Amino acid sequence: MANSKRSVHELKDLANDIREDIIRMLEHAGSGHSAGPLGLADIFTALYFDILKHDPKRPDWPERDILLLSNGHCVPVRYATMARAGYFDRSELMTLRQFGSRLQGHPERLRLPGLENTSGPLGCGLSQACGMSLAMKMDDQHRWIYVVMGDGEQDEGNVWEAAMLAGKYKLSNIIAITDRNNIQIDGPTETVMPLEDLKAKWQAFGWHVLEIDGNDIEAVIEACTMGRAVTEQPVMIIAYTVPGKGVDFMEYDFHWHGKPPDHEQAVKALHELRTLGGKIRSEHE
Amino acid sequence: MSELGVLSVTDNLEKEPIRKGFGKGLLAAGQANTAVVAACADLTESTQMNLFKEAFPERFVEIGVAEQNLVTVASGLAAMGKIPFVSSYAAFSPGRNWEQIRTTICLNDRPVKLVGSHAGVSVGPDGATHQMLEDLGLMRVLPNMVVIAPCDSVEAAKATQAMAVHPQPNYIRLAREATPIITSANTPFRIGAAYVYREGSDISLFATGTMTYQALKAAEKLKDDGIYAEVVHVPTIKPLDVATIVQSLKKTGAAITVEEGQINGGLGSAIAETIAENHPVPLIRIGMADRFGESGQPEELLDHFGLNAKHIRLAAQHILKGKTR
Repeated sequence: MANSKRSVHELKDLANDIREDIIRMLEHAGSGHSAGPLGLADIFTALYFDILKHDPKRPDWPERDILLLSNGHCVPVRYATMARAGYFDRSELMTLRQFGSRLQGHPERLRLPGLENTSGPLGCGLSQACGMSLAMKMDDQHRWIYVVMGDGEQDEGNVWEAAMLAGKYKLSNIIAITDRNNIQIDGPTETVMPLEDLKAKWQAFGWHVLEIDGNDIEAVIEACTMGRAVTEQPVMIIAYTVPGKGVDFMEYDFHWHGKPPDHEQAVKALHELRTLGGKIRSEHE
Repeated sequence: MSELGVLSVTDNLEKEPIRKGFGKGLLAAGQANTAVVAACADLTESTQMNLFKEAFPERFVEIGVAEQNLVTVASGLAAMGKIPFVSSYAAFSPGRNWEQIRTTICLNDRPVKLVGSHAGVSVGPDGATHQMLEDLGLMRVLPNMVVIAPCDSVEAAKATQAMAVHPQPNYIRLAREATPIITSANTPFRIGAAYVYREGSDISLFATGTMTYQALKAAEKLKDDGIYAEVVHVPTIKPLDVATIVQSLKKTGAAITVEEGQINGGLGSAIAETIAENHPVPLIRIGMADRFGESGQPEELLDHFGLNAKHIRLAAQHILKGKTR
């Protein structure tokens, strides 16, 4: 593994830097999703800089843990985190969504080493994790499979088909993380298509469910540690996150689900994030 | 028996469902390579996966009635180096799960082997809901996908084994009813190749799946009309063997396509495109003409919808009248 463990403070700082990168990328791209990637920055920082067994210099390392992104529209956070982790140079982030870029608007596995799946159309990540887990079982192989999925995408029937299968086959090397930010394109999830009682639903499908503050990096790391200790059951971490986290005018507003900031908004957002970064660093000193 | 080991349709031919050949082929593929695995959506015996399941229970996954999950789980199996064969009725897979196939298998380039059984109106009494007619079109438009429709159980076994060593995603179409066995152990099969099963000079009959037998029968009858029909069996609809097809077109100057599915999007469309781009000749497409099937016995349905030797013969007579005008 290339990354040595960092302190929680360092991780918080890093997550904030990643948020700044996300704002810059989206402003430059002129299209894309803002709220989800910002909300997921802490989870992705925790994954790439603490939880995952991976090597940015060897993206196809056979012993690596697998991270599937099911809600592909949130991929800017993955790109930004991968760049910080050393998969590619940060300058490439500015090619997001441009012709010829490896950083497609929605992730394409074949374009960029380090991506494990091609996604965008929702509801398929968990099924692919199930297939991978079944294959590992057949081969007596043990690797962890992490799946980041949205809450809105759980309107998809395919998600629950996978949930049922993972429960049946006790696929305990799967640790799924639901980005429970309560928004989707048409509005709040509970207005568009109520998901609650989400915890009870996953439990009823045979999953071990943990609930955490998804913007608390320590909590994310701890939940994954707990999740890995669960045997005989797949694990669902319902991570309550703030959509648009870190940018005041984006937080909790579903209108920011599917659009990028314009220049003026980006300047404002970056100013807020820099102030936040200063706060994180001063707390540490 | 012809040079290619194709039997004469005037003989008393043995019959077997095409799906049986798949079952045998999958077992053989499983014996040849431990990476071959199988998954089914609650139709293990109907789709003839039971032979494999009994031989390799640890390499078989029961998915339940969940076709979207069937193919996405297969994408994950393939990601870990497995060669997954996944089966259901064609109406459900690839009928229901097309987008998952597009994104997680074709665009994601995972060599999943899709098996759609019970295709065509010859499914019979189950009726229109279960008579899949659009699968060839649905799969043919997908980049990276290979589309195969064997003509009998012997060819189905060979095709299945060829799929197991082919690097791309594949779709194979199977039929429910017993179909006359027209090929033999020596008959060649290669993914991407079409074969001239019967030589002729007046018209080319391009047929796939269950309809190749009917085309051979029609060619035999057309002899009585003084018409020498060439029968080209097209087991791979994509990639299409353009060279063999164009060669036949140049020789005969007229064409009929025959398939047990929609003429829009399937073999008929594929050949029409080839004709238009390479060697324009008169063409009649025989198949389901933009309509659904219904309940009935296979034979009566095939006759009702014009999918047998009798109708192929009439079409050939008609097209040749125009050709000699």
